Amino acid sequence: MSDLTALTIADARAGLAAREFSARELTDAHIAAVETGRDLNAFVAETFDAARTAADAADQRLATGEGRLLEGIPLAVKDLFCTRGVRSQACSRILDGFEPPYESTVTANLWDAGALMLGKTNMDEFAMGSANVTSADGPVINPWRRRGEDKPLVPGGSSGGSAAAVAAGLCLGATGTDTGGSIRQPGAFCGIVGMKPTYGRCSRWGMIAFASSLDQAGPLTRTVEDAALMLQAMAGHDPKDSTSIDRPVPDYAASLTGDVRDITIGVPAEYRMDGMPAEIEALWAEGVDWFRDAGAKVVDISLPLTKYALPTYYIVAPAEASSNLARYDGVRYGLRVEGDDPTEMYARTRAAGFGREVRRRILIGTYVLSAGYYDAYYLKAQKVRTLIARDFESAFETVDAVLTPTAPFAAFAIGEKMDDPIAMYLNDVFTVPASLAGLPAISVPAGLTGDGLPLGLHLIARPFDEPTLFRAAGVLESAAGFSHRPDRSGAGGAA
Amino acid sequence: MSIDKDTVMRIARLSRIAMEEDALEPMAQELNGILAWVEQLGEVDTEGVEPMTGAIAATLPQRDDDAEAGTATDDLLANAPEADDGFFVVPKVVE
Repeated sequence: MSDLTALTIADARAGLAAREFSARELTDAHIAAVETGRDLNAFVAETFDAARTAADAADQRLATGEGRLLEGIPLAVKDLFCTRGVRSQACSRILDGFEPPYESTVTANLWDAGALMLGKTNMDEFAMGSANVTSADGPVINPWRRRGEDKPLVPGGSSGGSAAAVAAGLCLGATGTDTGGSIRQPGAFCGIVGMKPTYGRCSRWGMIAFASSLDQAGPLTRTVEDAALMLQAMAGHDPKDSTSIDRPVPDYAASLTGDVRDITIGVPAEYRMDGMPAEIEALWAEGVDWFRDAGAKVVDISLPLTKYALPTYYIVAPAEASSNLARYDGVRYGLRVEGDDPTEMYARTRAAGFGREVRRRILIGTYVLSAGYYDAYYLKAQKVRTLIARDFESAFETVDAVLTPTAPFAAFAIGEKMDDPIAMYLNDVFTVPASLAGLPAISVPAGLTGDGLPLGLHLIARPFDEPTLFRAAGVLESAAGFSHRPDRSGAGGAA
Repeated sequence: MSIDKDTVMRIARLSRIAMEEDALEPMAQELNGILAWVEQLGEVDTEGVEPMTGAIAATLPQRDDDAEAGTATDDLLANAPEADDGFFVVPKVVE
């Protein structure tokens, strides 16, 4: 890996401002990294020409001292975001060839801050998955491998391409989206930072919808400070999304004071899961010690409804998905398989266009919303969701942040956990509760397994208290001192 | 509550997803596996609890009811699998 692809966003900003290197040089270094890292299958579209043009424009601004927050910073964008004139398919066949005539608000905000796009990243189809194996564009390979093994591992999902690209040094940061853990779990699997803001903090306009009451955009970066910088540009009110919240965006990077002496961290007993590897339990305990050593108060708390979060999610999310995905009808965009009448054309198009997991979730969602089952499943799940949110509200009366592991295991091999959908769903057991409650949460790389794979610790904070979340995450990051890099990178091949 | 082949056929029809006959039974088993697992929500007492319909408590904002320029027809039709003379084309609906 060349030096320029090893930089953090913060370092790159400083280097660009000091004219130590140009945005064009920074961009060319990343384009070369994407080219040599193609075997990871992290990118599904490359937009190098546009990136070079944007880099030259950034250099002009930087030369006249007009550089903006992310001027000249090369990023990657999850294929779930609509980007004008560039394929936006949520890695589904049903959106074959779709090139939106408009730009999502979150990506438009990033470009307005001076950032530029290297390409679109691979993901689980419609963000439905936790291993990036449901993508119509094929699986992504995690740049990390078990020590002494060549077996390709999953990067997590659904933002698997974004996480792998950031971990391998193919871009300085990437956008992801998180519905039940799709930013945080791949962040943990790839040894990087993954952050989901409060629901409503980022506009969903121009994001291809999965479950609208849960979907939220967020950054994947190599440091907490970089996540703060990226979110700064992404967040903000947008009249085009009625669930976007109209309140000021604080200076997130300024919240990274390194001081948590006034903070109380809660450790929920219910996140101790049967069969969880001892090394994850040990890392969690170490995290507690790190916060105590930094002067924070750490207390045990109870979130009694935790075990019901995952089944609640697997009613609510498919129900919303079955409704959102009704729009794919073979008429207005994407794939069409002909039929003798419109109904037959719809059914054939949707059978051919949606992959197995997406079809399964549409069917489950349709069932739980259908007459006779709505109250027993969907309404019941919505009520349990209320209780899960109340659990957190009570906890936040006494604590400022909650500390848990990000996932109950490290990255696994491509092909594992495929036979039983519920085994795959367990990936998100620790991330789904915060999603249901709409809370901001972050995964910070904190340690390695015995065989050399990254593990993350997870912090959850009050609604719109991203400043406290970043502050605590920054302290966690410093204490963990995670400086390991994957053995595969943009330089290609094993180190 | 258990899903049989006929139920899968019914919800596949409601979902507008064509399914082969031999795929119905395996799908029924998969869906039953998931439903058996979510049944545990029955253990939670939700008497008198309001359903949560959104992640945040917010009132729906209202905008001024002003006319805006719509999206250009060409843009709208650019991605259509079949379009003709400013319209989307679908299979014949009425005989």
